[in-house]
Amino acid sequence: MDMNDPQPSAPNLSLGSLPPHLLVGHALGGTQVPQLPPQMFITAAQLMDITDKKIMAILRDNQKILGVLRSWDQFGNVLMTDCVERIDATGIYAEIPRGVYIIRGENISMLCEIDLDKEDTPPPGLTLAPVEEVYALMKKEKAERKVKQAKKEKALANLGFVPEYNVEI
Amino acid sequence: MLFFSFFKTLVDHEVTVELKNEISLRGTLKSVDQYLNIKLDDVSVVEDVRWPHLSSTRNMFIRGSVVRYVHLPAAAVDTALLEDATRREAASAAAKAKQG
Repeated sequence: MDMNDPQPSAPNLSLGSLPPHLLVGHALGGTQVPQLPPQMFITAAQLMDITDKKIMAILRDNQKILGVLRSWDQFGNVLMTDCVERIDATGIYAEIPRGVYIIRGENISMLCEIDLDKEDTPPPGLTLAPVEEVYALMKKEKAERKVKQAKKEKALANLGFVPEYNVEI
Repeated sequence: MLFFSFFKTLVDHEVTVELKNEISLRGTLKSVDQYLNIKLDDVSVVEDVRWPHLSSTRNMFIRGSVVRYVHLPAAAVDTALLEDATRREAASAAAKAKQG
């Protein structure tokens, strides 16, 4: 991005407050379609409609953060408030209050809008349990999975496959 | 930019997105951007028993960098047009290189 860009790089969420020279589109056949400033281009438009909504961010290491999306930028970095981290193991899950999160874009895999009708029903097949219990089981299962994954990768490497390091299953 | 344009022609079609963490999501392609980040609507998870957390969500934003495959509806893909566009893009890239 051009560092001399006179526009602020933080996204301005309300279209109404944009200076008139950014509201192009009237030249294209009458109807005035407000256009976004270049730094907000398309990524921004995609996140615009889930701003201030309750979302679940699923990270590359499978962490699940639930909270309200408040802000973001062109790199997909996001800021969430009122966050809880949801941890789960076979059959049980728990929620840990966390507060405010700024997540670097590269670590995000999905941002899911939460259906408000379904937000209070526990995920099917899981029941709420004490954090300590879930955490202990989760840790144990993760260790088992890691051993299994290492074995699988070794077998695949013998066949000439290169494992994918950037995501955890 | 060719694949960006190509994905834009597939908006409102049903696609299946397979992620690098083995999740497969079927949904209506709502939008795509220059990084091939994808927005899906009416999402259903292909193996929903393995991903119970995703049951409370209908639409989602998927970061382009975690996508492994996008399964497309064959009827919506005009391969002849795509080949043509590829040749044209290659030709214009070659012309640009010649100009220096």
